[in-house]
Amino acid sequence: MDTMIEVRNLSKRFGSFTAVNDISFSVHAGEVLGFLGPNGAGKSTTMKMITGFLTPTSGSVKVKGHDVGEQPLAAKQAIGYLAEGAPAYPDMTPITFLEFIARVRGFKGAELTRRVHTAIDKANLRSVARKKIDTLSKGFKRRVGIAQAILHDPPVLIMDEPTDGLDPNQKYEMRMLIAEMAKDKAIIVSTHILEEVNAVCTRAMIIAQGRLLFDGTPVQLEQRSKYHNAVQVTVRPASVDIAVQKLRSLPQVKDVEVLGHDNGQVRLMVFPVASAAIVDDVGQLLRAQGWPVDELSVESGRLDEVFRSITVANAEALT
Amino acid sequence: MNNILAITRRELTNYFATPVAYVFIVIFLVLTGVFTFYLGGLYERGQADLQPFFLYHPWLYLFLIPALSMRLWSEERKTGTIELLMTLPITTSEAVLGKFIAAWLFTTLALVLTFPVWITVNYLGNPDNAVIFAGYLGSLFMAGAFLALGAAISALTRNQVIAFVITAVLCFAFILSGYPLVLDFFSGWLPHGVVSAISYLSFLTHFEAVTKGVIDVRDAIFFLSFIACWLTANVILVEMKKAD
Repeated sequence: MDTMIEVRNLSKRFGSFTAVNDISFSVHAGEVLGFLGPNGAGKSTTMKMITGFLTPTSGSVKVKGHDVGEQPLAAKQAIGYLAEGAPAYPDMTPITFLEFIARVRGFKGAELTRRVHTAIDKANLRSVARKKIDTLSKGFKRRVGIAQAILHDPPVLIMDEPTDGLDPNQKYEMRMLIAEMAKDKAIIVSTHILEEVNAVCTRAMIIAQGRLLFDGTPVQLEQRSKYHNAVQVTVRPASVDIAVQKLRSLPQVKDVEVLGHDNGQVRLMVFPVASAAIVDDVGQLLRAQGWPVDELSVESGRLDEVFRSITVANAEALT
Repeated sequence: MNNILAITRRELTNYFATPVAYVFIVIFLVLTGVFTFYLGGLYERGQADLQPFFLYHPWLYLFLIPALSMRLWSEERKTGTIELLMTLPITTSEAVLGKFIAAWLFTTLALVLTFPVWITVNYLGNPDNAVIFAGYLGSLFMAGAFLALGAAISALTRNQVIAFVITAVLCFAFILSGYPLVLDFFSGWLPHGVVSAISYLSFLTHFEAVTKGVIDVRDAIFFLSFIACWLTANVILVEMKKAD
């Protein structure tokens, strides 16, 4: 696999504030890397350094083998970048704006027209192509930014909160678009919507207070959750106490929590020891006791809970 | 080169995509007319030249050029498009040059549209057209100098009003730097050599020489190096302030 982005010991300080603190990672073609982190964690600053907008205080970034500091033009040519808030010239129309981008990217004549129209179609901008960008809705403005970023079919795509402000349908379309492009590109997206990580990313990173706290697959991230492989069951109110007691006595069960009542049923959450697969044991126990089971489901893990535990723990460690 | 052209083209079309271009050109033409015929007394003088026309250009530029230059960079910073521009495969110098050339071409267009004044004097008498041409050239160089100054100031702030005011004040100082109004401010505490250097920067002195038909290479060099200095400052300021 080709290494498309190589970030080494990257740091950025603004005065006494350290926005990014010694981050290193690399991204290969075919990977979709999700940057997760609270607001102000350093996600955008990292992206701005990769795209050459900000100069790092220390460390280096290579994009497709070109050092961003030393060969900025070659590196920028290989990058498509959607900056935070999808900035675009408000007095232009998507067509004239994309033509400008295409010209700066070195396209001419028929090739320029072809590129502009392909980007408009991919980003679904046909209906507003001749309206002023200023008058477009947030979703369309975001798509103008996407069209601009993918116009030159770059091997590296960096998108700062691509789905922010989009409605659920638009979010879905955006994820489809990212998934479609993911095959041969190296893509970095930042988000604070955790479900997005499962939906589009092949790899997730958590950044908080400028430091890299987690780097792995979304599944590995879920495995960090205490809910990973936990089993949710419903039992009749009459047998709650005995059920809790019996479930707790299973060897691989760590704890049982009563979640609440609904429809004359009581919902229980059974937590395993160290993410062990306990669904069979729980099922057997229920059958052996002869309790009617209306519902039994395995949790895959809760990203928001992992996210909180990782980022808050880090914040506490620093204070 | 290609990139500079792309930037210039975008900027120029943008002038005409908004009312800015039309308002600017109309106001410029109306005011040059008013100044030339009423204040300058083109008819009453009874001379076939454009002295009264060029005489007021520095004062027109004083508030029209800052209005043109104020948005060049501050708007990019305010709307965040500077992040887009600076992550495209272009150098900062190309962006600075492209924007400057667009603004300069635009003032050239406004200046060219004053041709009825030129036709008028040619209809009424036999002016020395070489002197008039020199005057236009001088006016164009002066506009370029103000624009370069204004573009650099515009990179300093996100606020267009601040950019306008600072540019106008600096333009005023440069127009009059050969006159006591400005020189008295410096003569008390700066060495004589520096004060005479400041007085050399006076736009009015350089411009008046040109409009009288005295074409001196030194005046052209003065304006061109003034433009080059401020464009260099512009590049540095954009690099420094782009991410603020």
